Amino acid sequence: MSTNKPATGRRWLLHIGIAVIVIYCLIPFYWMVVSALRRPNDQGSNSFLPNPVSLQNFSGVFSKDVGFWRSLLNSLVVAGVTTILTLLIGTFAAYTIARMDFRFKGVVAAVIIAMSMCPGISLIVPLLKLFSSLGWINTYQAMVLPSLSFALPLAVWVLATFFRQMPKELEEAAMVDGMTRGQAFRKIIIPLAAPGMFTTAIITFIAAWNEFIIALSMVNEKSMQTATVAISKFTGITGFDTPFGTQMAAGVVVTVPLIIAVLIFQRRIIAGLTAGGVK
Amino acid sequence: MDRKEIVVTTTAPAPPAGPPKARKQSPQMSPQGSGKLAALLLSPTFVVLGLVIAYPLISAMRESLYRKPEGVDESGFVQEGDIWVGIKNYTDIFKGDTADRFWNAFGNTSLFTLTSVSIEIVIGVAMALIMHHAMRGKGLVRASILVPWAIPTAVSALLWKWIFQTDGIANAILNQQILWTAEGQQAFWAVVIADTWKTAPFIGLLTLAGLQIISGEVYEAAKVDGANAWRTFWQITLPLVKPALLVAVLFRVLDVLRMFDLPFVMIGEHKHSVETLSMLAYDEAFNVRYGPAAAYATLLFIYVVIVALVFVKLLGADVIGEAKAKKKAVKERMVLTTLPAAVVISSSGAVR
Amino acid sequence: MTVRARAWRGAVVLAAAALLAACGNDSGTPSSGNSGGGAPALDGTGDFTFATGKDTSNNMQKLADKWNADNPNEKVRIVELPESADGQRQQMVQNAQVKSDAFTVLNLDVVWTAEFAANKWVVELPQDQFKLSEFLQPAVDTAKYRDKLYAVPVYSDGGMLYYRKDLLDKVGVQAPKTWADLTAACLKVKALPEAANMSCYAGQFEKYEGLTVNFAEAVQSAGGVIVNKDGKPDVNTAAAKTGLDTLVQGFKTGAIPQKAITYKEEDGRRAFQAGELLFHRQWPYAYAKAQQNDGSSQIVGKFDVAPLPGVTGPGSSSLGGHNFAISAFAKNKASALKFIQFFTSEENERSNLLATSQAPTRTSLYEDAQLIKQFPYLATLKASILSAVPRPKAVKYGDVTAAIQENAYGALTGTKTTDAALKDLQTKLEELVK
Repeated sequence: MSTNKPATGRRWLLHIGIAVIVIYCLIPFYWMVVSALRRPNDQGSNSFLPNPVSLQNFSGVFSKDVGFWRSLLNSLVVAGVTTILTLLIGTFAAYTIARMDFRFKGVVAAVIIAMSMCPGISLIVPLLKLFSSLGWINTYQAMVLPSLSFALPLAVWVLATFFRQMPKELEEAAMVDGMTRGQAFRKIIIPLAAPGMFTTAIITFIAAWNEFIIALSMVNEKSMQTATVAISKFTGITGFDTPFGTQMAAGVVVTVPLIIAVLIFQRRIIAGLTAGGVK
Repeated sequence: MDRKEIVVTTTAPAPPAGPPKARKQSPQMSPQGSGKLAALLLSPTFVVLGLVIAYPLISAMRESLYRKPEGVDESGFVQEGDIWVGIKNYTDIFKGDTADRFWNAFGNTSLFTLTSVSIEIVIGVAMALIMHHAMRGKGLVRASILVPWAIPTAVSALLWKWIFQTDGIANAILNQQILWTAEGQQAFWAVVIADTWKTAPFIGLLTLAGLQIISGEVYEAAKVDGANAWRTFWQITLPLVKPALLVAVLFRVLDVLRMFDLPFVMIGEHKHSVETLSMLAYDEAFNVRYGPAAAYATLLFIYVVIVALVFVKLLGADVIGEAKAKKKAVKERMVLTTLPAAVVISSSGAVR
Repeated sequence: MTVRARAWRGAVVLAAAALLAACGNDSGTPSSGNSGGGAPALDGTGDFTFATGKDTSNNMQKLADKWNADNPNEKVRIVELPESADGQRQQMVQNAQVKSDAFTVLNLDVVWTAEFAANKWVVELPQDQFKLSEFLQPAVDTAKYRDKLYAVPVYSDGGMLYYRKDLLDKVGVQAPKTWADLTAACLKVKALPEAANMSCYAGQFEKYEGLTVNFAEAVQSAGGVIVNKDGKPDVNTAAAKTGLDTLVQGFKTGAIPQKAITYKEEDGRRAFQAGELLFHRQWPYAYAKAQQNDGSSQIVGKFDVAPLPGVTGPGSSSLGGHNFAISAFAKNKASALKFIQFFTSEENERSNLLATSQAPTRTSLYEDAQLIKQFPYLATLKASILSAVPRPKAVKYGDVTAAIQENAYGALTGTKTTDAALKDLQTKLEELVK
């Protein structure tokens, strides 16, 4: 990057540019929050600030019969287990692709990337039939396993990239020093790849948290549904209402923890994404 | 993300010319031993993927060769069982009475991809340039860029649907009465706007990563040669950023090709101006025509694979990172650094 | 690839193939439904589930709790389905596809009866177990397929013409009975200074099921039909053309605002409540909402309802509503049957009306003086339902409604002429409704 100080005019242009970017990213989210804070009957209003401010939508989200707290917990469990399993299984595959040589490595990598291109709709009915016959409907595993379908290829790719970046000589040096391959993996590679694994975990978690169609199909009991499914079942006050207010309120409730987590870990995420800056 | 960090890492042990040679010569890497170990380590992944992707995919392909009988019998009940029709489902898609609808959806899907991704590239690169050169406000920008990502896709679709209501805020600001959700070009653009908003920041982020790897000497040399900002951008910056950008674009393209949520929630079903191939597959399944639905899904999968192949072969998108060309040292570094973010893009917008 | 790696790969493929083969055998098995003749007795007592879209009034849960208290050995559990009708149908169809017993009692939209019955997803119900004569006959009709009873009507719905009584009184006009009267009244009202910016009329014209309803009503209002008494499509008629043209002309002259092409129920209701419309075709639920005193409605006390207008006389509405059916794959069908009887008892239907304002299906409730006082539109509603015409009964209803929407939307937006729209619709329906 040029070390020149930009001319004053240019600096102002950059400031404006930054402002434009921030506005671009945040305005729709602002509208979401504002819409959540309106009264249900004021839905159609276009005023920039809600008037009067009302928490009715939020109380609608958390009303007893919706069971939203339970849904949030279910989302947490499903996303969390998916992330952990993905990291466990995917790390080995990623390590293999990135740091080992074997025939057909290209084919394996290509197969894994091809798997991530699968249209999500085709997964549902076959898996539903399978899980029904196994009696797994309304269980956590029925939601976690299909989620691995998009989480695993994703994680393998991200992790492979991080593994590939580390110098080849690391393991060899360790093995020359007397460690086995496994020990080298545990004691040297993993700690170095930790930032990358962290980033992968966040990416996987968010993807699994936002998943909808699988959770909808595999579970029909209210106590087992996830937050995204619960949102789809919001009704307004009558059957015809577009329950927009409650949906936006629920959206805020579901998004804000993610945003806070992303903000706290933003340095790590960006560092992980632009992996040049990790070490 | 300032330059100091980058300088440090480029001196870290990762000799550009090193890796390919070193791998082959290492005594630990005997093909036989590592092959077995590799198979063992890969097996859990393949078992899981085999169950949750390969099995449904193969099941869908099998399903696409059958059809349910049409019509009711005398007592008014639908006949049961499956009829083998071979590739008739496929030929009907291309030539039967639903052919128009298929080609319309094919056109829409492709047009969405071209338009959306092009606009995202322009906006994203612009964002990256601004963020790269900016002195202040970096933390704020970084945080804001991640906000569109954190909003669940389903909620985002609902939000944009509301924004684009006839009496909604978009029309209020524009002081128009555009019927965004009615059939027509404006519906197409509504979807493009909503999609671009959510994902342009990411192309921005990836391009930024690519920009930060370019060393200052390159720019200084250009300045010495008398190049102005515009020429510098076109002839130096862009080519150096291109490999990373291509990978990001590839993953975005694969995602938009499978787009379903946005047009479905925002505009509604059966609207010719926005119906995509995914929506078509969904519609067939909704009407309990599972054979044709599976055929559409399989065709979509094949289309996506073809596009990916084109990208990798023709445009040189270095997805696996196995390139061995001379200059590829810098390029490879960019691919490696931007790949994770590219896959992030694919996860944030993907139809599940 | 090493032998080991190959073996693993092969194992995965084999496993997939084995699963495939195992599942491949499912498609041909005959279902466990009945096969003609009188309805076989339903058996199985025990706990069961009730799959329904969410009940906003919570009255369903109250009734379920009441049932559970009285029947501790046959408890019911409410399973909530997505909020949209299409989402509910998809879940029920998926349940039937995997032949699961997860849902027992199904809350079906009136237009789904033929499809669910013909596909053997629901079982025939014994007609002698219900005093069907006590129910509104059009509602009972929607629950039958080929003269056999497959569901029991629980909620009904009919469209009504909402109008601004205050403005009509100012120009001294009664609620219009024909389209001509409506247009004339509109002209008079628009001469008033406060009504200069209003539009005349709007219904539901977005490309969804509501359009099918409005199209059907327009056609019926001119004396036409979509399918005739024998169930054969007959929509390419002069009467249907008159009906459809009324709406098309409305858009062209601006009597119907351009943006009404994006209207679903809520959009129209909001426009009417904001004072933008003089006349509005709407379901009964909007009555209570428009009367709310919290500032969301500009027309409290200023409106009333009347039967829908026709061409030469009053028109007829499209019949809406919900019926309860029993899934063919459920275990405890006998308990489910008793539950449906319980739910449709006079006392419980009354409680439903009081809690949800949705139209009940028992005739007696429409004659109850106390209820009429509380719901002043009850008489208009009853007349609307009794004269209502159901939408076409077809096994492939999804395709039928898609064809109607496609052609009606094309005519309304001007991309197709009325003649072409009706002709294409007739051709398509003839293919679908055999």
